[in-house]
Amino acid sequence: MKGFEYFIGPQHLGIPGNFGIIVNVDGDTIVKARANPGYLHRAFEKLMERRLYLSNVSVVCRICVFDPDPQEAAYCMAVEEIAKIEVPERAKWIRTMILEFARISSHLIYLGSLTSALGLYTVMQWALTDRDYILDLLEMITGGRVYHIFMQPGGVRRDLPEGFKEKAKKVLDSLKSRLSDYYNLIFDNNIFVHRTRGVGVLDPEWALSMGVTGPNLRACGYKIDVRKDDPYLAYPELDFEVPVLEDCDMYDRAMLRMKEIEQSIRILEQILDRIPDGSVWKPVPNPINWEVPKGESFVRVESARGEVAYYMVSDGEDKPYRVNVRGPSITHGILVLEKVLEGQRLADISPIVFSLDVCAPSIDR
Amino acid sequence: MKNKIEGFFRPLTALKYLLKKPATIRVPFEPKMPSDNYRGIHSNDLEMCIGCGNCAKICPTEAIRMVEQDVEPKPGATNLRPEVDYGRCSSCGLCVDVCPTGSLKLSAEYVKVSPRREDFVFVPDESNYKGKGYKSNVNYSLLKLDRIDFVEERPHLKRNKDFLWEILGFKEVRARLEASRCMGCGICVQNCPAEMDIPEYLDAIRKCKDEEALKIFYKTNPLPQICGTVCTHKCEENCVLGIRGDPIEIRYEKGFAASTIEDYRKVIIPEIKENGKRIAIIGGGASGLAAAYYLRLEGFTVNIFDAYPKLGGMMRYGIPRYRLPADTIDKEVNFILSLGVKVKKNTKVGKDIEFEKLLKDYDAVYLATGFHKGISMGIPGEDANGVLEAVKMLRDINSGKKIKIGKKVIIVGGGDVAMDASRTALRLGAHKVIIMYRRREVDMPAREDERKDAKKEGVKIMPQALPIEVIKRRNKIVGVKYVKTKMVDQGPGKRPKPVPIEEKIYEMECDMLIQAIGQSPDYSLLPEKIKKKLEIERKRIPVDKYGMTKIKGLFAGGDIYNRRGDIVSAIRDAKRAVRGIKKYLKVS
Repeated sequence: MKGFEYFIGPQHLGIPGNFGIIVNVDGDTIVKARANPGYLHRAFEKLMERRLYLSNVSVVCRICVFDPDPQEAAYCMAVEEIAKIEVPERAKWIRTMILEFARISSHLIYLGSLTSALGLYTVMQWALTDRDYILDLLEMITGGRVYHIFMQPGGVRRDLPEGFKEKAKKVLDSLKSRLSDYYNLIFDNNIFVHRTRGVGVLDPEWALSMGVTGPNLRACGYKIDVRKDDPYLAYPELDFEVPVLEDCDMYDRAMLRMKEIEQSIRILEQILDRIPDGSVWKPVPNPINWEVPKGESFVRVESARGEVAYYMVSDGEDKPYRVNVRGPSITHGILVLEKVLEGQRLADISPIVFSLDVCAPSIDR
Repeated sequence: MKNKIEGFFRPLTALKYLLKKPATIRVPFEPKMPSDNYRGIHSNDLEMCIGCGNCAKICPTEAIRMVEQDVEPKPGATNLRPEVDYGRCSSCGLCVDVCPTGSLKLSAEYVKVSPRREDFVFVPDESNYKGKGYKSNVNYSLLKLDRIDFVEERPHLKRNKDFLWEILGFKEVRARLEASRCMGCGICVQNCPAEMDIPEYLDAIRKCKDEEALKIFYKTNPLPQICGTVCTHKCEENCVLGIRGDPIEIRYEKGFAASTIEDYRKVIIPEIKENGKRIAIIGGGASGLAAAYYLRLEGFTVNIFDAYPKLGGMMRYGIPRYRLPADTIDKEVNFILSLGVKVKKNTKVGKDIEFEKLLKDYDAVYLATGFHKGISMGIPGEDANGVLEAVKMLRDINSGKKIKIGKKVIIVGGGDVAMDASRTALRLGAHKVIIMYRRREVDMPAREDERKDAKKEGVKIMPQALPIEVIKRRNKIVGVKYVKTKMVDQGPGKRPKPVPIEEKIYEMECDMLIQAIGQSPDYSLLPEKIKKKLEIERKRIPVDKYGMTKIKGLFAGGDIYNRRGDIVSAIRDAKRAVRGIKKYLKVS
């Protein structure tokens, strides 16, 4: 084969985590790209088979570092479906709130990393600052900053602390006031437009057939969102829109996330105003010997990066018989990435990887 | 985007932040304050921690290991303390949510710097804790702190008229749920004299495996249903769930599981290999029966000598039938006898058969005669008609004799026997029953539930009153003269002493007085020479760690040895003696 073979990653600034891409280039045009994952395989699914149902929550959140809460929510919902536990209303709303905060925080990281791959480091610093304020809020509720381990089968572990609503509103207001700055700096920026318009284009039909989900699919013109299609938690009671864009390129993928942040703020404001009172946890049996009845469940949650689905089988023991995690990154990070990179320029590898919002630990699991 | 010129200038609006206070770099430096429930490095109140190991059990990453500490374990605790490996800890805080005492917390400290790897594995104490952090909260605890009642009791005011069992039955589903509350820490086992494997049988009961539970009972206790009905259940005092909630009703769990099995012989089929050695057991009470069971399992030929027409000792002749029904005793006694234990009933050693002959004829003798004699108060007028001893009264009633009860009955004493006597008096038809005790009500040696039951059934308790004279007319009791006492502190660690207040002497009418101030053994079966050799101390026979007395081949146990005087302690003594007999007779 003509040209060079490059190993990009697993230690590379332009790659999200320990994950690599092997590319063959002709000049600086990519002829062939192969994903090179496997550096982060921690056998989460197997680990879960050896742990108590309640202990597993601290395992699942590690599947996706920047977006751990949908994993927790999906795991808990899967257990609740088998064990037929009705979660109290307030717990549902708190979970929804955490999920939306997590979505904003993940999207901010997305904007930061995508733009910094294009040399716009200011956005990275802004995004991390704004994300930090959200992490402060999550820390206030849960006691953890990145991994919250706050949901548990039956509800959530603690009620909201005092003074949370006020603080959360303040953070949302400040974030809202900053959105125009993000638009100015990113989406109205010549350099950004030049580097992202028409780059990394996904064929919509191919994307759908490959199982692309979440914002990446919605940027291809499909209005598919689990929150609307298969509503869970408190989403049926909330008023929000699912933004859709048509151009399938990097620009639209970024823009779609920006619009989702706006929608999430809208959802969060509704939650803060309307959150019902009541208990936050339906006590489950003794965690040491809780034997979940025989059965299986399949649940879906819309994470910031796409659909997270859990298929769980219980054989009536105190540990799950099998848990299968379907994360978005394995599609986006391997199949889609390999295809999209073909014909692109070498300099666009990092932006394209970031624009697909690949989460390396979620690929390997 | 509108046009290229706009696209050039718009990003420059970001320059306005040059004039604003930086959000990320704080000058002067302000440390980042963690939130109030931050999950950082562990903090553990080592004094409060009981070393139950629940934290280690739930830890998803096996970061917590229980390590032995150089301290004397307190009652209801072990000397194990959690050691945390911060290379593994995921700061999830599940350990905090299952801590029964609330001693374990996650402090708000999150910085630990050390060049040495070993420093990140340590037993946390409270040095990190500065008031902030993730704390245990009863409302969100993962422990099942609330009791699930599964015992159907008869209403107190209905059951005080007859001698039927005070329990109607057990609710099965709820009993299994109650058993499932167990965390399996096994701290309760410490407090069980018979060292029953409580977590294991609770687990079997939870899984509906009652037959397996029965097998577990019989490993350590051959009288499970009796113990499951009237045991002093000291184990429940140690239950870690009792620290901030209700302890598991371990006693009735055992009673429930044993009651589900009609015929033990179908479940427990021991293989007995005869070893040819012969053992005599004097006294067919709890200790004698337990010794007979375990000796028989080892292949000894066992002969029980009992003075009464039926086996069971104090269980049959001391405990009233409303607490322990006769068929429960028969069921378990008959099972032990079915293993081939020989019995000589109505045989008083020392009268019908010589004690020394037993010592000579048998390879070893186990003495478990118990405390069957009452103690009298030693006050003027106590020889009057209508002054009884509680032990004798209970024995008479349990053996079917009729007793004419008075209208107003005074019981003197504060132990379990006083409670039994008072409640029996009520059932026999007494209109008013008063318990007179020289100390305060909290000082009563009677168990709290017994005391509560007695009060609910209508017994009055009169604390700090000491009878000093029985008033009699024509040799029949008509009243009692008593003096009020005051409690005088005896220094730390000692029980306060009741001291009579001279001027406060009162009289009270009554037509019956039952003395329940204690029991004593009857050693008349022992020849004087042997009695001297045994070196009896304060009514009890001292034994070595194998249950052997000062006389070779003579073992002792039960009430005549231990001070607790309950069934499980008697079983403990029996098991010890069995070990001793095996060692003494060199049977492996």
